[in-house]
Amino acid sequence: MRKVTYRDALREALREEMQRDMSVFLLGEDIGKYWGGAFKVTDGLAQEFGEERVRDTPISESAIVGTAVGAAITGMHPVAEIMFGDLTALAMDQIANQAAKIRYMFGAQAKCPMVVRTPFGAGVNIASHHSQSLEAWFMHVPGLYVAVPSTPFDAKGLLKTAIRGDNPVLFCEHKLLYPVEGEVPQDEYAVPFGLADVKREGSDVTVVATLFMVYKALSAAKELEKDGINVEVVDPRTLTPLDRHGIIRSVKKTGRIVIVTEDCRTAGVSAEIAAVVAEEALDYLDAPVKRVAEPDTPIPFSPPLEQYVIPDEKSIVKAVKEVV
Amino acid sequence: MTTNLTKEKLVEMYRKMIQIRSFEEKLFELYSQNLVPGTIHLYAGEEAVAVGVCSSLRKEDYITSTHRGHGHCIAKGADLKRTMAEILGKKTGYCKGKGGSMHIADFSIGMLGATAVVGAGLPIAVGAGLSVKLRKTDQIVACFFGEGASNQGTFHESLNMASIWKLPVIFVCENNLYAMGTRQSIAMNIENIADRAAAYGIPGVSVDGNDVLAVYEEACKASERARRGEGPTLIECKTYRHRGHSRVDPARYRSKEEVAEWLSKDPIKRFRDKLLRSAVVEGEIQAVEKEVSLQIEEALHFAMESPYPQPGEALEDVYA
Ligand SMILES: Cc1ncc(C[n+]2csc(CCOP(=O)(O)OP(=O)(O)O)c2C)c(N)n1
Ligand SMILES: [Mg+2]
Repeated sequence: MRKVTYRDALREALREEMQRDMSVFLLGEDIGKYWGGAFKVTDGLAQEFGEERVRDTPISESAIVGTAVGAAITGMHPVAEIMFGDLTALAMDQIANQAAKIRYMFGAQAKCPMVVRTPFGAGVNIASHHSQSLEAWFMHVPGLYVAVPSTPFDAKGLLKTAIRGDNPVLFCEHKLLYPVEGEVPQDEYAVPFGLADVKREGSDVTVVATLFMVYKALSAAKELEKDGINVEVVDPRTLTPLDRHGIIRSVKKTGRIVIVTEDCRTAGVSAEIAAVVAEEALDYLDAPVKRVAEPDTPIPFSPPLEQYVIPDEKSIVKAVKEVV
Repeated sequence: MTTNLTKEKLVEMYRKMIQIRSFEEKLFELYSQNLVPGTIHLYAGEEAVAVGVCSSLRKEDYITSTHRGHGHCIAKGADLKRTMAEILGKKTGYCKGKGGSMHIADFSIGMLGATAVVGAGLPIAVGAGLSVKLRKTDQIVACFFGEGASNQGTFHESLNMASIWKLPVIFVCENNLYAMGTRQSIAMNIENIADRAAAYGIPGVSVDGNDVLAVYEEACKASERARRGEGPTLIECKTYRHRGHSRVDPARYRSKEEVAEWLSKDPIKRFRDKLLRSAVVEGEIQAVEKEVSLQIEEALHFAMESPYPQPGEALEDVYA
């Protein structure tokens, strides 16, 4: 099968959906012909579809998302880009209080079909305002879907589902994933929400991982293979809806779970997954739930400090060995 | 009036400007050698703004800064060594390596820190101004931000609040015509950011941001007004960044002619020529230049020789 980067896979999804549906349009800072998006995801789309449908905006995150909300409830299907995940904080009211609540609060008179795409994650030394992993914030908002694709295949397939859906979606990308290559079929496909994917089958321990941590989990699994430990890596792919069954099915098989996410530990993504397992699969566990996550600090700038806080293969290997 | 400036003051302003320029050029060089982690946003070309404004301030006055903040630090009097060390991620840097290029602060000289969230510094400057008023000191606050930032809600909220409470804040808009690749005309339908002041009932002026004395003069007026308790001023400084937005940006969205035109308006060259036409002689200027180039080498040496922080230090200082 052909190989495509995560970045190109996202662009293909945007392009195909824009071709399919005239109500789909893009807006965001520097996404147009002068820059093509800070991470080049929208590169070339302004030339192809025109500035009317690929709109460069002023630096106004709150109004970017709010504009998307207004367009969404009146028949359009906007895909907004927020240049860095940290900056969703500026648009939080429009995301959490407006987009997510409009349907419920107004008694289902309206729907708010829109996507906010944004990259999270640390690892390139750009410090506390450009490196956070804030996915858990959005899991705490009923009415919002949260997608976390780790592969080019999932990125394209989930973005298609996000754009075709009737609900607001916080589409979490990871800045280290953009150049990552993977198999993406030429033919049309979509990846449904709420369906975890087993990225590696195994029988001894379940490792649930998201975004860039999927790759670290896979390489830790390879390492652990040498010690005869057979790891299953499960990628939830969407955090809301969360595939509880998929995770529990794996735990029933292995009896052990290590959850690996890049966000900080307290009240993070891993906490919710641990709670699900504790509530629904405690009887199947042969060892306590383990979490590998960032410590509760902002992301520091200096390379040795930053490396220290990002979960690595070693800490995953260690955590797995502690439960087997 | 600027004509009353002493020769010492003029030379000091020139020194600060070339400190910034040489510092940025050195960083650019280091960056190409992969010695600077992360990204950098260089201030080269905009020196007259930071130096013109900060020359009107006292040591105890405050400033807030941006992602393009090295020039603000140096102009306010930050130590070159510790600034360089911070940018290289060293333990001896101003923020122990936790902040880096986009987050330098030196609270001992009233430099309240650089935020990388565009527009986030404005309300913080307003808060510092409010604190000054409540504590009844005669400090003032200069708040630097780009023209791109003036499209954030925080800009409008901050000007309004500073206005109604008559706070001692100078809002300094560095209009370098672009926010990343977005030309000003794409993002707003006005030419002068200063016009926005009218909406909040405060004075707004546009000034040649490549003329350090012109900036200084407006900053002095605004400072005096602020210290008299008459409230904030918006000063828009028209300027231009010499290089791309950040490290690798080739800035293809700017025409060659435009770049050439602005390079010919280089604030340092212009000020140097002006000094030579006044009481300062070539030899004196060269002596300053030589001194600065030694200072930059010293700063670099200090930063390169300094240790990185220990990894576990990442866990320190989360709470006071
Ligand atoms: C709130 C926010 N939005 C977007 C960005 C990404 N970004 C960093 S600098 C910049 C352009 C800022 O332009 P301007 O305010 O004019 O300052 P300049 O870079 O020209 O000095 C952008 C969009 C950011 N850091 N923060
Ligand atoms: Mg600008």
